[in-house]
Amino acid sequence: MSKPTYIHGIILGAFCLGFGVVLAGTDMVTSAPIAQRALEDKQNALSKVIPPTIHDNNPVTDTVVLTGHDGKPLTVYRATKGGKVTGVAYQIEGSGYAGEMRLMLAVDAEGKVLGVRALAHKETPGLGDKIEVAKTDWITRFTGLSLGNPAADKWKVKKDGGVFDQFSGATITPRGVVAAIRHGLEFYAENKSKLLEVR
Amino acid sequence: MATPSYSTIVKDGLWDNNGVLCMLLGMCPTMAMTTSATNGFGMGLATAAVMAASNLLVAIFRGYITYEVRVPVYILIVAVMVTLVDLTMNAWMHELYKVLGLFIPLIVSNCLPLARLEAFAAKEPVLPSLADGVFMGLGFTLALTAIGAVREISGNGTLFADASLLLGPAFKFMEMRILPADTGVLMMILPPGGFLATGLLVAGKRLLDLRAGKQISMGGAHCVG
Repeated sequence: MSKPTYIHGIILGAFCLGFGVVLAGTDMVTSAPIAQRALEDKQNALSKVIPPTIHDNNPVTDTVVLTGHDGKPLTVYRATKGGKVTGVAYQIEGSGYAGEMRLMLAVDAEGKVLGVRALAHKETPGLGDKIEVAKTDWITRFTGLSLGNPAADKWKVKKDGGVFDQFSGATITPRGVVAAIRHGLEFYAENKSKLLEVR
Repeated sequence: MATPSYSTIVKDGLWDNNGVLCMLLGMCPTMAMTTSATNGFGMGLATAAVMAASNLLVAIFRGYITYEVRVPVYILIVAVMVTLVDLTMNAWMHELYKVLGLFIPLIVSNCLPLARLEAFAAKEPVLPSLADGVFMGLGFTLALTAIGAVREISGNGTLFADASLLLGPAFKFMEMRILPADTGVLMMILPPGGFLATGLLVAGKRLLDLRAGKQISMGGAHCVG
């Protein structure tokens, strides 16, 4: 090759610069719509676990940040009606068969489960994914339960001596979900005064 | 080598020189995404879009890319195309993105786009390069959908489950249950099933090629001569 070596550097640099500008431009144009979509997704997820009749505010924007079980900050979405907190919703994590599962848990002022939904998971299709409400109604059976109902030592799948059904062929996934909800309710019990505090 | 005719490009991409069933390229997304026919189809289409765009760009800029830095430039182009698809779909096709979003970053880990840039777009004119990207991509889609269908039917008993989430409610009719619920062989959905289904389809393709009297060579860029 007759070309001097630095030519290749300049060519590579020029391509990087050119495509970098294209990417920066696309990011500028798309960042606002993407943030908007993320907010809508959150609103959708919250509206599934918090019944619309119990609040007159927008829980997506009425948030408090507390320290979660793992010591990391946890954003809590609050439903209020007439100035009183009627329910709170926050994300809980459980360990499943294929890594972490993220769920949204909503609890009312008495500590009873308003609803739970899976947000993201990598469980086996056809087995572990029965935690999705689109596949089965399993996850809806937690609604109305609380730490005393069933008793704390019964917050397990049947295989472990608890009261909750596992799926045929999949125990690890429901075990993780049950444990995550129990931890979520314990978090509520520990932080009740802060969660229900009216600002 | 003379530029192949369009009919050769189409035949190569879809069947003779199929990226998955013949060249065995792009195994990472193939294994990961073919747990259902719908997933395979979605991954295939997203890959086809990236391949068409990157083949086109490389063919256009070919004169400016020196031999020594061609590979980093190709990788840059593929990565930029993937990011552009990712951002625009997230912003303006959000429902589709929720289904496909998982697959899109995986396209970067696919060596098939890179292989076609090097083997085709770096040497051939712009329009044949675009055609090669499109038909290699469609061949990839075909193979992934077929592997996904084999795994989904044997593992889960369904075919094209959730197709309406990907393609819209009009495609609800595609969602079929072939076997009764809970009768599938779970292994087919787990990673070993990916290798089994791919192996069976590769063998099936070779059998058909032999029946048709084609010469089969083992390995190499062209396995049907």
